Amino acid sequence: MDNRDPFRYNVLTSGHRACSGCGEAMAARMVTDLVGPDAIYINATGCLQVFTSHNQQSAWQAPWIHSVFANAAAVASGVEAALRIKGKETPVVVQAGDGGTFDIGLQCLSGMIERGHDVLFVCYDNEAYMNTGVQRSGSTPHAVRTSTSPPGQFSQGKQELKKDVISIIAAHNMPYAATATIAYFPDLKAKVEKAMRIKGPRFLQILSPCPLGWAHDSALSVSVSRLAVETGLFPLVELEHGELTGVMRLAEQKPVEEYLRPQGRFKHLFANKAGGVELRHLQALADARIRRYDLLNVDTQWDTETAMQSERHGRGGYTVSSAVREVK
Amino acid sequence: MKQLLEGSLAVAEAVRLCLPQVVAAYPITPQTHIIERLAQHVANGELEAEFINAESEFGAASIVLGAVAAGARSFTATASQGLLLMTEVLYNIAGLRLPVVMICANRAVGAPINIFSDHQDSMSVRDAGWVQLYVETNQEAVDTLIQAYRIAEACGLPVMVCMDGFLLTHTFEPVDLPTQAMVDGFLPPFQFSRTLDPVRPMTLGGASEADNFQEYRAAQQAAMEDAMPVIEAFDAEFNEQFGREHGGLLQPCHLDGAETVLLGMGSLMGVVRDVVDKLRDQGQAVGALRLRCFRPFPAQALARYLASAKRIIVLEKAISIGAGGIVAAELRAALHQAGITTPVESVIGGLGGRDLTPDVIEALFQKSSENEAGATFRFAPDHKSLTRQNEEAMNNG
Repeated sequence: MDNRDPFRYNVLTSGHRACSGCGEAMAARMVTDLVGPDAIYINATGCLQVFTSHNQQSAWQAPWIHSVFANAAAVASGVEAALRIKGKETPVVVQAGDGGTFDIGLQCLSGMIERGHDVLFVCYDNEAYMNTGVQRSGSTPHAVRTSTSPPGQFSQGKQELKKDVISIIAAHNMPYAATATIAYFPDLKAKVEKAMRIKGPRFLQILSPCPLGWAHDSALSVSVSRLAVETGLFPLVELEHGELTGVMRLAEQKPVEEYLRPQGRFKHLFANKAGGVELRHLQALADARIRRYDLLNVDTQWDTETAMQSERHGRGGYTVSSAVREVK
Repeated sequence: MKQLLEGSLAVAEAVRLCLPQVVAAYPITPQTHIIERLAQHVANGELEAEFINAESEFGAASIVLGAVAAGARSFTATASQGLLLMTEVLYNIAGLRLPVVMICANRAVGAPINIFSDHQDSMSVRDAGWVQLYVETNQEAVDTLIQAYRIAEACGLPVMVCMDGFLLTHTFEPVDLPTQAMVDGFLPPFQFSRTLDPVRPMTLGGASEADNFQEYRAAQQAAMEDAMPVIEAFDAEFNEQFGREHGGLLQPCHLDGAETVLLGMGSLMGVVRDVVDKLRDQGQAVGALRLRCFRPFPAQALARYLASAKRIIVLEKAISIGAGGIVAAELRAALHQAGITTPVESVIGGLGGRDLTPDVIEALFQKSSENEAGATFRFAPDHKSLTRQNEEAMNNG
């Protein structure tokens, strides 16, 4: 018997407890509505699990399970194995934060990919342990202030660089891995839809600003995530079987300061000379990513006409670029 | 028909007969032969299941968690360090009330690293919310594994079948393997009422706070208490269909008129049984009681069995470091609650594979408590020093 509410249209329904301007809530809403209710969702511990699954007040209108922090990919492996042996084709989707992906959950995720489970793993990357009060994670970018990487007389915030998780994932020689963010919905939509057409392990890293942890105005979540792309700090890329097959090119590169200024987590960098050094370092990191992914290559830069000719007609200028292969 | 089978292979056949659809494991000595045989069964098409090579025991436990939540009967096995690596997931499986069945091939926990048998691993997760059944023989391991699925699925509780590493897993014994039809007659197909299914969307594993968390724990405790008659009933029903029973919660040996009773768990009770037979032949009023079901803890049944004993010895292969015997402490509490004041001698032995020979068991029966004043337990005498003493006595005599 089908007990589903015939009037529902969201997998993640309203009334949950996310903060205003929560990038993860927006991203999860986009992803789950694109995947739809006829799927099984596995959630790692984290903000999304906490603000959606309070006892008897679940915001989920699809089958949803949370076990522990580190094991979402392994639970998904088991769910997928059960469906496979029963001959069912229900899609299986994991949702995890950057802690559950980059750090504590990386081992289970690696195992899931290596074994080839037919699962879409979505990482909502808000670049710190927000659920426990904004502590540094492996995903936290360089020089960011968190509660465990505080600036001080001898520190300008996090000393290490952001872990390059998409390369680690892609190195598993898996069918599909991509980055996206909430500012470019057509791009995110194309990537989710593409991921859902592919069999095997698939991975999406979605930059999801956290107004509380990043200390920006909650009205700016979308524009901040757009600036992360426009400055080159967060390139939007696609990798298939370890090969780079798509990048979103930039018409121009914006200075990182435009991205950093609205965010309190970088405020200390504007306070003194040592912070100024780190500002130049962050600019250099953005420049390096621009070079690595060839984001400003004039010859391959998309315009509306070429975008319309690509296989992704009119999807926000997104290109699956044969040009990238030529450049390589 | 009885066959001579290694314990691991016998129990792997029992698993196959229970028709799990997902088997996930990470190899660890002494569990390996069990999962290797299951992998071969899947490879040969003798078991229609997904065999998942997990990246760790933490992953293996999580995989069977997901598989059972998606409605597939599942199996995993581990031991020692692997069981402890699973710990977080074990609690979670129990809290989610998922009927997972696993075998713990009991092994010591490091450091120092040691691959041989004691009960420290499974005793360390005794509070996780799993039914724990400790078996004495390979035949019992086979039969208990089949019963375990029935118990788990009827009670909504995960069940851990604890079989001593090497002493059972790597030891050949005659085993009567049931037919598929017999197992099918005892174990109905798996139906899970909370299966993850888009047709009936459910949220599993949501957050709970102070207003209802305690009620979830109370429900788990109630389910454990309700499981005790179920475990007894299924063992009795198994006996009707297969002609073998294993005592349900507790298995007495020569308890009638026994003044001294030794209580223990697992394969060591086979040795105890032989020693009791011998001492009975010599006219000594000794008996033994095997604790088959440690969780749920059958406090009232224990008190009933031990009400008339004059001397009670608990021999166990695990230690709560800083406190002493675990079974002994729980037994003392149970007897105290029942108004029985017989002192309980707590003896810890067999750690890390140390042999518990008939000499050792006999020494426990013969000498009254040697606990130092104020000590709540003592270690069992070492079998080698006992043998030396016996030889010297013979030479001198």
